[in-house]
Amino acid sequence: MKDLQRYQNRYGDDKVIEACGLFGILDTAGRRFSGAEVIQAMALMHDRGNGLGGGFAAYGIYPEHADCYALHVMTMHEQAREQVEAFLRCHFDVVKGEPVPTRPTPDIVDPPDLHRYFVHPRRDEASEVSEEDYVVGRVMEINSGIDGAFVFSSGKNMGVFKGVGYPEQIAEYFCLESYEGYMWTGHNRFPTNTPGWWGGAHPFNILDWTVVHNGEISSYGINVRFLEMYGYRCTMQTDTEVLAYALDLLIRRHHLPVGIAAKVLAPPLWGEIEAMEPEERRLHETLRQVYGSLLMNGPFTIIAAHEGEMIALGDRIRLRPLVAGVKGDRLYVSSEESAIWLVCPDVEATWIPVGGQPVVGRLGETPTPPETASAYVMPMGASLDMVKVEA
Amino acid sequence: MKSILPPRFIVERDPDRCIQCQVCVNQCGWEVHYYDPIDDVVRSYDERCVACHRCVVFCPTHALTIRERPLDYRRNANWTPEVIEDIYKQSETGGIVLTGMGNDKPYRNYWDHLVLNASQVTNPSIDPLREPMELRTYLGAKSDRVEVDPDTLELRTQLAPQVPIEVPVMFSAMSYGAISLNVHEALARAAAEAGTLFNTGEGGLARHLYEYKDHAIAQVASGRFGVHPDYLEMARVLEIKIGQGAKPGIGGHLPGEKVSEPVAATRMIPVGTDALSPAPQHDIYSIEDLSQLIYALKEATRYTKPVSVKIAAVHNVAAIASGIVRAGADIVAIDGLRGSTGAAPKIIRDNVGIPIALAIAAVDSRLREEGIRNRASIVAAGGFRNSGDVLKAIALGADAVYIGTAALVALGCHVCQMCYTGRCSWGIATTRPDLSKRVNPEIGAQRLVNLLRGWSLEIKEMLGGMGINALESVRGNRLHLRAVGLTEAEMQVLGVKPAGM
Repeated sequence: MKDLQRYQNRYGDDKVIEACGLFGILDTAGRRFSGAEVIQAMALMHDRGNGLGGGFAAYGIYPEHADCYALHVMTMHEQAREQVEAFLRCHFDVVKGEPVPTRPTPDIVDPPDLHRYFVHPRRDEASEVSEEDYVVGRVMEINSGIDGAFVFSSGKNMGVFKGVGYPEQIAEYFCLESYEGYMWTGHNRFPTNTPGWWGGAHPFNILDWTVVHNGEISSYGINVRFLEMYGYRCTMQTDTEVLAYALDLLIRRHHLPVGIAAKVLAPPLWGEIEAMEPEERRLHETLRQVYGSLLMNGPFTIIAAHEGEMIALGDRIRLRPLVAGVKGDRLYVSSEESAIWLVCPDVEATWIPVGGQPVVGRLGETPTPPETASAYVMPMGASLDMVKVEA
Repeated sequence: MKSILPPRFIVERDPDRCIQCQVCVNQCGWEVHYYDPIDDVVRSYDERCVACHRCVVFCPTHALTIRERPLDYRRNANWTPEVIEDIYKQSETGGIVLTGMGNDKPYRNYWDHLVLNASQVTNPSIDPLREPMELRTYLGAKSDRVEVDPDTLELRTQLAPQVPIEVPVMFSAMSYGAISLNVHEALARAAAEAGTLFNTGEGGLARHLYEYKDHAIAQVASGRFGVHPDYLEMARVLEIKIGQGAKPGIGGHLPGEKVSEPVAATRMIPVGTDALSPAPQHDIYSIEDLSQLIYALKEATRYTKPVSVKIAAVHNVAAIASGIVRAGADIVAIDGLRGSTGAAPKIIRDNVGIPIALAIAAVDSRLREEGIRNRASIVAAGGFRNSGDVLKAIALGADAVYIGTAALVALGCHVCQMCYTGRCSWGIATTRPDLSKRVNPEIGAQRLVNLLRGWSLEIKEMLGGMGINALESVRGNRLHLRAVGLTEAEMQVLGVKPAGM
């Protein structure tokens, strides 16, 4: 097995320590729009990163191949690509394979070869392994078995675009303004200990799950050990990987609703649980008793997304920033309120979610702000002209 | 036979300070001090002194000093004074050399070779004076997943019985008979007040202490002393004792002279008879037998109580613990090399078993590798001295710890290691009424509660330093530990990196 830590974590640190900027937009009516807004928002939060990673996830971008798994693969050399393609031909029906469109960008240096493949799993129908687990298994095989190759996106009708650089540079490199999707998330990375590896940038992805993350999980050690009992292999040493697997375990495998899964990652305090009605109390007690090792302790904010749904969640004592905003069918979540204002000057309401309370947006459900949200009026004398950001 | 054992201690009495009040005479359970009416003066027999310091503490004029007696044997790294004197003892008695308390040998203490983490800059530490910190732990078997009705959000999962403790420190099994009734009561009261559990030990529980049943772990040992339906029904947790850290593979023996009327009544044995707990439980000669007893206890109590199985930390502890969990135990209690006792053969105490830190790490890893860690809680015991030891044990994988010696020290014990004699001047390891009443249960409970409170505050400070506000986030989280001065092999077993990496 290849040693991903060699790329991602050359000093063998316990985990990758990060502070970052996050942004997400969901059009709950399902209208598709370009990546210009999310790029602009990320560019505004330029100083939340340090140039060692930027990335975006976009949903609904491949309607012509909506039934195919879109595998985005980075390879470090020609031989790796040949191995990947041979592997894919063996395990999938490849509908289409092509380079991911890119343009030369001055600050993006030494990028890997980037290809995407639209595939159907070639799986024995009688197999007890689900289609999703089959795809996860094959992705893991490539990532851990083919030297110099890494699948960084593996969902349907969605894609991850990420690399080493500031997010606006990554967006330029991937020509993101030319895509249209109904949901976008973005990430600006501030790692403190990584050399900056393309695969280590966010969003972190498995199937159609993506996670962008700001923070440092102090419970990482036990989160990993718990997930290992369920067959996950945490090879990246990043907190984000743990969050992605935790969501996969809780929501896909254990069928917990999103709101309940959020209560596992950022549970109420025991004192709050004791004040609940008996049934609700029993539920929360049981969640903490069984999944206590998945409690994400320490500062974090995540935006997790999958088909049709976007979830923003901060740690239970709100050590990292998160702001949400609503305008019509659109739900915005961001590390900074200014970024929401920039892309939506007439935002109807913004609010700072309580720690541990998820902001959940779904296709077909018009987002409504909580009663505590501020209905916003532009402060006297302020003007958006005061903010100029080059995307 | 004339003893050739030299006195170990010198009792020095400052004549200028001594007022001949005879407090020392009355306080000493060893009859070291005596009043000589002819000379109208208090004197001492040095050879009887065990350095329990009761007289020193209670002397109103601080006239007494106890010092180790200088006795220079010819220097020899092999034939140390202890080795020589043990041979003197055996040549004079022809018996097994007994001792009380835990192993006092300089085996590597792993707690002193592990250091904890603290946040700096990238992750803010949490100030426990300003933020909530959660130490609550639930003991009992958990399931692998939670099932919820997706539409109604109704909980479909029914967990096995869970027992909460508000501080991850419980009181070890110490039987009535080995310790005084007042000490039992102090432990029970303190457990109730601090929101934790005490363990009856193998001698049953006096009826009037059933009041503290919500905080009681009822032990079922090989002797079955004091085990009856009410006793099982009373407890919050049942514990089958297989082994004990101070004497792995060895049974218990409460000498007949300690079996007073109340002890006899509680144990359901005749007054003055030796209470012998055989090394094996005679209905457990295999893991299947253990499973049968576990389920017999569960059946008898209608599956309302977690069942714990306590073993000594020995060579194959991980495999043994795995078997115990698969046999249906909800809690595995592991007692390490430094575990204490009222009485043990010294040769066993000092030479059998393994350190608890290694055992916790091995068991936690093994249960995780087998995917059954959720099925049981791990409770560790054996020489926990302070909250630092406790937190390190939890980071290695323990859910909670038992303390025995530390609790007795809080009650006044000076670790003189003479518990097996029943003459404890502090009224702790004795059933003599005149000595037992020296521990006031109410005051004793307050001392214990204070100790647990102090440790809780310290644990919260350390957790806050790590940027953690719930104990479950450090449980089994070995990334928060680093080793100093350990070998590669030791670090591998412990699953920790060396400091600096």
